[in-house]
Amino acid sequence: MSSSMTMSPRAASWLQATPFTLIMTCLVMVPLAIILAVSFMDYGFAEIIPEFYLGNWTDLFRSSLTLDTYRTVFKQLAVVWTITLLLGFTISYYLIFHVRSNMWRAIFLAACAIPFWTSGPIRMISWVPLLGREGIVNQALLGMGIVDQPISWLLYSEFSVIVVYVNMLTMAMAGPIANSMAKISPSIIQAARDQGASEWQVIQEVIIPLIKPGIVVGTIFIITAVMGDGFLVRAMSGNQMNTPAVAIMNEINAFQYPPAAAKSVVLLLIVLGMVGLLLRFVDIRKELAR
Amino acid sequence: MKIDTDFNAKKLMPEADVAPDDGAQKYDVEIVAVSKSYDGGAKAVDTISLRIPKASYCCLLGPSGCGKTTTLRMLAGHESVTDGDVLIHNKNVTDGAPSARGTSMMFQSYALFPHLSALDNVAFSLKIKGVKKAERQAKAMEFLKLVQMEHLAHRMPAQLSGGQQQRVALARSLITRPKVLLLDEPLSALDPFLRVLMRTELKRIQTELGITFVHVTHSQEEALALSDLVVVMSDGQIMQAGSARDVFEKPTNAFVAKFIGGHNVIEVEGRKVSVRADKCRIVESVGGTNLPAEVTSIEYQGPMVRILVKDLDGKEYHAQISDSRFFADPPVVGEKVMFSWMPEDEWQLAA
Repeated sequence: MSSSMTMSPRAASWLQATPFTLIMTCLVMVPLAIILAVSFMDYGFAEIIPEFYLGNWTDLFRSSLTLDTYRTVFKQLAVVWTITLLLGFTISYYLIFHVRSNMWRAIFLAACAIPFWTSGPIRMISWVPLLGREGIVNQALLGMGIVDQPISWLLYSEFSVIVVYVNMLTMAMAGPIANSMAKISPSIIQAARDQGASEWQVIQEVIIPLIKPGIVVGTIFIITAVMGDGFLVRAMSGNQMNTPAVAIMNEINAFQYPPAAAKSVVLLLIVLGMVGLLLRFVDIRKELAR
Repeated sequence: MKIDTDFNAKKLMPEADVAPDDGAQKYDVEIVAVSKSYDGGAKAVDTISLRIPKASYCCLLGPSGCGKTTTLRMLAGHESVTDGDVLIHNKNVTDGAPSARGTSMMFQSYALFPHLSALDNVAFSLKIKGVKKAERQAKAMEFLKLVQMEHLAHRMPAQLSGGQQQRVALARSLITRPKVLLLDEPLSALDPFLRVLMRTELKRIQTELGITFVHVTHSQEEALALSDLVVVMSDGQIMQAGSARDVFEKPTNAFVAKFIGGHNVIEVEGRKVSVRADKCRIVESVGGTNLPAEVTSIEYQGPMVRILVKDLDGKEYHAQISDSRFFADPPVVGEKVMFSWMPEDEWQLAA
């Protein structure tokens, strides 16, 4: 700081914190407060009636639909998380510990990254010609005589929702895990081998404990993506599956904002609770700082 | 640092366990015509042969890139051998897994497991073998005692200083009861004071355990202080292997004489000889062989004073003289003097 313009350290820190505070307040806190307020308002056809009304909340907790939507989404989450974790771990492990040449590592990383140059909805929709009744998979199976009529559950089913989720989210899991793995010094792996550990014991005793922060970061990505998505589930299940986010979208499309707001508040609290719980176990700030 | 003389290190490594085939075995390690090259490139290690006698402290000494670390890693099994054989306790282990050869390596960066306490780091190999928790922790504590680290057993590696991490790494290597302990520049990351302290400690532990230590270093001072066997390497080859005294007093060639330090390599009548710097004198003109020279710099080193001179051709030499002799008639920088030595102090070098 120049000597002509002095400022107390206290004032300086306030000034430095101001832009972020403004952004957080205007773009996060205020909209959330509005959503919370709206959830306690009555509504008519395409209108919000600014009167205190508890009906949105009582409906939410009385309806068996609420529990059903959460059951559906948690099941999806469990399956998607398990598959992306296994895939993400395997891909990262191979890339970090088994690919020796930098050229091949760059090629594999590019192969992982290039699909992301197209937009998400396009990557999603491109599964339709692959999985449909007349799609490539069914035609191949028919052609090889493995089935005698097209498999109908390939598309617009739980199966296709999971396939597309895995396709979209595996890299979100693999990235943080690979990042954690790359920080493990090769000499630590050699030390474990020197101490008599087999490859599997090295994974179990050394690598997994050291990549926990990466797994947690990846898990947070998966949780927020799966819990928050309505579009993918609607498109890939052919409007047959109902998750909390789909329920919210449906009400918004019907201009029923107050019940949508109540559902949003519940969803937000659940997701925040899950992320908070994860952060209690692993200090990801330490991971990001390194 | 207090050295616990009552503590019996031998107890930790019963003789029978260390060397079951004691009888005819004279060497702990034999390296037979070993070479290492990477993907058809130049040889990092070029057909070296070396025998390390039982229970000796051996230092591989050389500048960086001379192949000393590669040699150590081939002994450990962390680097494959391109050609030749490695024998440990008379057994050919050339293609064996690191843990199957009876070696244990202490890494330059210590390579402690960051997620485990000092105690669990030391107990790691026992956990791998499936030893029960209480038993393996008790055993690990014994080895932490050997390196005087029992009071910090529950600290995480990040909470330990470099010297303390190194002690833990040493205990972790020793608990596997290696026949040969391999140390990759173990002292290079420590400050000079701690380096000398740990050096003494390493020698003490090696003597107490009675196993062979192979220690890679680029410090000639370290190699001379520790070794029963000094192996000087350059460009992937062994230049000289011998006792510390032999290597210092009778260097085989100009490289060894220069690298080991404290020597002048001088050309006398077409022969290359080395003369120890402490045998050289700066005189007016007396007996022995004299070389007219000019003093370029003077370094006071306490008991000794190091004087650098330049002869008429611009070649540099140095003399180490005792402080009393120096201060009796101190030369000054820029003074024309005679750089002198006795013919009997000349040591003939290989061409």
